[in-house]
Amino acid sequence: MSDTWAGALEKIDDYRWRIPKLYKQGMRVPGIIYADEEMIKAIRSDKAPEQVANVAFLPGIVNYSLGMPDIHWGFGFPIGGVAATDVDAGGVVSPGGVGYDISCGVRLVKTNLKEHDVKPKIKDLVYGLFNNVPAGVGSKGDIRVNEAEERQLLVEGAGWVIKKGYGKQEDLEYTEERGAVKGANPDAVSDRAYERGKQQSGTLGSGNHFLEIQVIDQIYDEEAAGVFGLEAGQVTLMIHSGSRGLGYQICDDYTQGMIKCLQKYNINVPDRQLACAPVNSPEGQAYLGAMRCAANYAWANRQCLMFLARRVFETVFGVGPKDLGMDLIYDVAHNIAKLEKYSIDGKEKTLCVHRKGATRAFPPGHTDLPVRYKKIGQPVIIPGDMGRNSYLLVGTKKAEETFYSACHGAGRMMSRTAAIQKCRGRSIKGELEKKGILVMSTGRETLAEEAPEAYKDVNEVVNVVHNAGISKRVCRMRPLGVIKG
Amino acid sequence: MIFKRINGPLAHLVEHHTFNVGVAGSSPARLILSMPRYEIIPHTADIGIKAYGTNLSEVFKNTAYAMFDIIADLDGLTKSVEQPIEAEAANREELLVAWLGELLYNFYTKQIIFFDFKIEELSDTRLKAQAFGRHIGENRNRLKTEIKAVTYHELKIQEKEGKFTATVIFDV
Repeated sequence: MSDTWAGALEKIDDYRWRIPKLYKQGMRVPGIIYADEEMIKAIRSDKAPEQVANVAFLPGIVNYSLGMPDIHWGFGFPIGGVAATDVDAGGVVSPGGVGYDISCGVRLVKTNLKEHDVKPKIKDLVYGLFNNVPAGVGSKGDIRVNEAEERQLLVEGAGWVIKKGYGKQEDLEYTEERGAVKGANPDAVSDRAYERGKQQSGTLGSGNHFLEIQVIDQIYDEEAAGVFGLEAGQVTLMIHSGSRGLGYQICDDYTQGMIKCLQKYNINVPDRQLACAPVNSPEGQAYLGAMRCAANYAWANRQCLMFLARRVFETVFGVGPKDLGMDLIYDVAHNIAKLEKYSIDGKEKTLCVHRKGATRAFPPGHTDLPVRYKKIGQPVIIPGDMGRNSYLLVGTKKAEETFYSACHGAGRMMSRTAAIQKCRGRSIKGELEKKGILVMSTGRETLAEEAPEAYKDVNEVVNVVHNAGISKRVCRMRPLGVIKG
Repeated sequence: MIFKRINGPLAHLVEHHTFNVGVAGSSPARLILSMPRYEIIPHTADIGIKAYGTNLSEVFKNTAYAMFDIIADLDGLTKSVEQPIEAEAANREELLVAWLGELLYNFYTKQIIFFDFKIEELSDTRLKAQAFGRHIGENRNRLKTEIKAVTYHELKIQEKEGKFTATVIFDV
């Protein structure tokens, strides 16, 4: 772990801490980090607060540079960072504020199964998923597309793969942007990005990407849970993946290009990884057009992964999709930049909201919500580490202060190398099995890297989000089986 | 700090580490053994490295080696393919990222694990090299870590008393 960050952190209330604008010359707004007294100590022990301050340099940034309670040291932006820029006041878009894994996100799927249905079959399910979902470094998917088809996929997203048979139309209703954000421009995607994306539709990836079979072990909000059709003891499936090589290459291409924009547009940022360009510039528009292609690819990818998983469940239980009731609760991205409208000082403004390791959390009544969720707010899906819990929350009106954003996970606490070192000689698989969790992974060191103790306790992270009022707990899940890349 | 030493035959190390760091009385052989090609530096979410070299070309080679040593188990791999690599950038630090980016692109699209490099031309803005390696093919089980990209965050090339150090953070 790095040295302790010694900068100023002023306590605003029990869950918010301010980095004053005066901390560093060049900050345009203050920074605010959501954390409790205990958590802030851990946050101080890496470079995340410095990165929150660095993000405050971005031209056009509105109100403050934000850090969610799962915040940790990233590159350029912290992971768990949110920043909104005023598009009509020279506000910028930064590929580093989205990250390499564009539109990395999670989807939560319900089942009609109970824990006692799944327990006796858990091995069949985990092995079945492991054998049928391509995962790991450099894995290729069975879902192959030619270049013309890939261009269509980048524009039509999840809807395109559903047309090809990978799911049902109503899945789109419960996917952010109905699985395809408008404004995707396939001409802004480089040949290299196409090449890297072509072979990877329907692959999980590696590292912290996963498929997880879970059981709901606690309900906090009966009404919202009722709307989702969820109750204690029910089994759910969670999928965490992103835009694979396509997104990595797009971020790489545009970060490289935007370093040149810093001079062109006279932008002063303290880290090259914060390279950016005005949203209203040819470079900014090209990036957004390409980024949206990657976002659509990611929704298509998670749709394919859900299709593969549904098929495994159908095979293992020998029943049809209707009986299994594997309906999508929601799919939401946590690495993305979106143009959204907010009232700032009484005026309606279009902001470019960067969420890097942060989940959109729209409140009840928001126009972009599926009709069924209008009353309760947008589902906010928060995966934890593979040994503890995951959560389903809903967005709130109060989250306007975070540009309707919440945390995205537990947040790493320990570096991957430190985790491997710490787990040397231990069987993480065995330890989890004792807790009733069956884990499989392709990567040789993935389980050690992803050991539960490498992460903050998601329960504490979610407590802060809930108590600060920026999202509301609905239910908690506990893992039964996990597939890692 | 976690310290990573390179496995492999001594001859290989001698070939790459014949630099003098000015420690009086030390024999070259002892110096060679105490000087790794690179070490891992801690980063909470990702992986950072510091790579060393007696000249710019060597530090470029060792940074590339470090990247593939993170991606795969290179021990005992023999070369069977050769790939020309060219890169251009505005300065030597960005050139290092461009070089590693080219290698990563070739790794993913041509499925080659690279572990030996010959730099043919190197200025602060341009590089021409040959990279040697082996197709992933039956070596799939050697793969360890997916590096998504090479970042510009905290990117540095430092030169001190004839010793070059490059700091790079990878998104994993």
